[in-house]
Amino acid sequence: MWKCFSTRTSRCFSTSASNRTLKWWDRVAPAPKDPITSVTEAFLADTSPTKINLGVGAYRDDEGKPVVLQCVKEAEAKIAGCDFLESVSSAVSSKLVEESVKLVYGKNSDIIKEGRFAGVQALSGTGACRLFAEFQRRFYPESQIYMTDPTWSNHHNIWRDALVPERTFHYYHPDSKGLDFSALLDDVKNAPDGSFFLLHPCAHNPTGVDPTEEQWREISYLFKVKNHFPFFDMAYQGFASGDLDRDARSIQIFVEDGNVIGCAQSFAKNMGLYGHRVGCLNVLCNDAKQAVAIKSQLQQIARAMYSSPPIHGILLVSGILSDPNMKALWVKEVKAMANRIQSLRTTLRKSLEQLSSPLNWEHITNQVGMFCFSGLTPEQVDRLLREFHIYMTLDGRMSMAGVTTGNVSYLANAIHEVTKFG
Amino acid sequence: MASTMLSLASTTPSASLSTQEILKGKARLGSGRVGTLLNKEKGNPFIKAKSFGRISMTAAVNVSRFEGVAMAPPDPILGVSEAFRADTDVKKLNLGVGAYRTEELQPYVLDVVKKAENLMLERGENKEYLAIEGLAAFNKATAELLFGADNPVIKQQRVATVQGLSGTGSLRLAAAFIERYFPGAQVLISSPTWGNHKNIFNDARVPWSEYRYYDPKTVGLDFEGMISDIKAAPDGSFVLLHGCAHNPTGIDPTPEQWEKICDVIQEKNHIPFFDVAYQGFASGSLDADASSVRLFAARGMELFIAQSYSKNLGLYAERIGAINVVCSSADAAARVKSQLKRIARPMYSNPPVHGARIVANVVGDPALFNEWKAEMEMMAGRIKNVRQKLFDSLSAKDKSGKDWSFILKQIGMFSFTGLNKTQSENMTNKWHVYLTKDGRISLAGLSLAKCEYLADAIIDSYHNKFCNNVHWYYIPVSFDWILDPGLHKSK
Repeated sequence: MWKCFSTRTSRCFSTSASNRTLKWWDRVAPAPKDPITSVTEAFLADTSPTKINLGVGAYRDDEGKPVVLQCVKEAEAKIAGCDFLESVSSAVSSKLVEESVKLVYGKNSDIIKEGRFAGVQALSGTGACRLFAEFQRRFYPESQIYMTDPTWSNHHNIWRDALVPERTFHYYHPDSKGLDFSALLDDVKNAPDGSFFLLHPCAHNPTGVDPTEEQWREISYLFKVKNHFPFFDMAYQGFASGDLDRDARSIQIFVEDGNVIGCAQSFAKNMGLYGHRVGCLNVLCNDAKQAVAIKSQLQQIARAMYSSPPIHGILLVSGILSDPNMKALWVKEVKAMANRIQSLRTTLRKSLEQLSSPLNWEHITNQVGMFCFSGLTPEQVDRLLREFHIYMTLDGRMSMAGVTTGNVSYLANAIHEVTKFG
Repeated sequence: MASTMLSLASTTPSASLSTQEILKGKARLGSGRVGTLLNKEKGNPFIKAKSFGRISMTAAVNVSRFEGVAMAPPDPILGVSEAFRADTDVKKLNLGVGAYRTEELQPYVLDVVKKAENLMLERGENKEYLAIEGLAAFNKATAELLFGADNPVIKQQRVATVQGLSGTGSLRLAAAFIERYFPGAQVLISSPTWGNHKNIFNDARVPWSEYRYYDPKTVGLDFEGMISDIKAAPDGSFVLLHGCAHNPTGIDPTPEQWEKICDVIQEKNHIPFFDVAYQGFASGSLDADASSVRLFAARGMELFIAQSYSKNLGLYAERIGAINVVCSSADAAARVKSQLKRIARPMYSNPPVHGARIVANVVGDPALFNEWKAEMEMMAGRIKNVRQKLFDSLSAKDKSGKDWSFILKQIGMFSFTGLNKTQSENMTNKWHVYLTKDGRISLAGLSLAKCEYLADAIIDSYHNKFCNNVHWYYIPVSFDWILDPGLHKSK
């Protein structure tokens, strides 16, 4: 598709500068806009006073403002003036990984005590997924990855750029706006033994539909039987139930069953550290020795991509997680964020029902986490944008974090307007 | 192997696994990776299950999928620092990584950086995502720093600038872009070059080949070899050039040589690709250090430039840099930028905010900017002083008549000593001086106080003609051995 600038073309090289500027970039077409970030771009450019951004999954307070958590402010004050500008010192990096992994496996887990995991810091969730995708291709070059239908749009980009072919498996049921569980199990069963799967352990993005604990157990059992490799992308720990431990339960079920897993974590949302790009990748291993080998490979992949991750976010996270008081504060703040979203879900649903909407809006409160998969069509989404200055992705995914007590009535009215005729 | 109780509860009719399938599943558990079932309970673990009842069985933990993953080789540069940290000798000296140290050999946080961070803390800025291309104020500042704010390429908006994760991240974005839009095109890299260049192009699947650069006979530039190799490459190749302060040699072309390099690149229709990791650090002047890049831009060429603020602003760990692509038109620049973003999104989504804000604050405030220039002159000045002292020490102590002036001619953080691998190992094993195996020393890690010790180490290593494989068995004819037989390490 992309033709090399061929040496067979003969050209005369005169000395004038204009002739010298050969058209290297003619073949470079403008890239399509990213479906998620372009929503924010458009929102920022909009001057309407009633505009609402339900695009990107970034938490907002009830005034619609971005939030810097109190525990983060305290951590910032602590590290201000500390001389930490050398390339990431091992001690701080290890601390981050150690504390992150406790959030996944539980702080008393044998896995941690025995060092049976390879853990590295990563550039938030995206970076962790990309490291794993590259690692997967390096050691399983013929493998594919199965992703939920639908999944976060960037998942497709990540594995594609890592040259791992993707396939989807059934997940969301458009009629029930819930989980298509039997089709999901069928797809897992029918995939070749030993396939790689990308799972959302909680607060599924974009649908907000999570399996129940019993359903997770069945899925886990099937994975064990099929010897599949589950890779978890945990970007919203704490946002599903408000409880960090509970949100990691699905992963722990898989581990208890004897599955060997990988997990990407992000601190973008639950610590509000979006712009700092801090996360963690860990891969379960047989023993500590293998963990060292796998870690070295992951670090090598990172070395050729960006050398080392940015220190500031790492200092904040490791500072918060290793101080019991700050960690306790953080846990409270996560719960508060989750609660606010939960209460607005209830309010939005009630408002729509009070408007005598002909549609069923139960899914607004059934779905969990940051997003509501509204079921709105692209045309309806477009109308919301144009007539009401309400921004969301074309698939009808609404970031509930952008809903406030101040704008929920306006939102309900707008949704009702575009859906009242079915 | 550990075994775990595996329990299955089929509680709902919608669970599609029937008892039969479960038992079939059990049979499969016995094959392949899972290992033997252990009978931990009295009686048969294959308990007959009622429909929708609980079935318990014991099963081994699956073996890791990554069983066969071997240990990756240690990074040759970062590995040096690790080894240094593990060394307990008091005389140890770390001349490995190019990270600036004060005369007291402490890391140095620039005053302007502290001031900028305080400003940022006071303002209490949020931590929202940056755009995929990074902080706009940073991108503007970095391009202006590189080209000069009045440069036509900037005025005509012909530069696509995307914030990257320091030099490495910016190089990787460019490499991925080259792979996508110039498949088959190769990158010519200097021999030698920074070790990570090859890793970056390998992982990005961009073929590379080397052009001659370092002449061990003169400990200087092999200019004829360089020109000849650039000429011999297929038209339309990318030529990776170090804008200033070549890493690892410290040897830069003269202005006249740069003109000739530019000529041959134009003739061959190659694309110049600058790695500018030391702007301001080489000579102490930001503008002077950018002259090679500006020369090429002034010729109307299209080029790539990767920048890093790790060294010149001491922001090593914040990972702040940029990739700039100078295009023939503003439209092309917009398109190129959009495609660079498309490469960045599946790598890390958007770049880290902290370092970008620091740079933008420092460059954007005239007082801070001037202070920065002064601090940079100070850092570059310290390195020049250390070079002088090292040269003086070597000249005074070495009686062989060897010409050590290359130490003064080389520029920037590094010096290529001319020591080979075995000699470098001697530096470490005997003298506890840590450097990379190619004989590169980082002068940023050298204090005036240590110059004499280092001179001793270099002279000793240089003049002992070690045989590569047998130096533990070869009796070195050196003063050291004669004076202290205990140093002879045979067997």
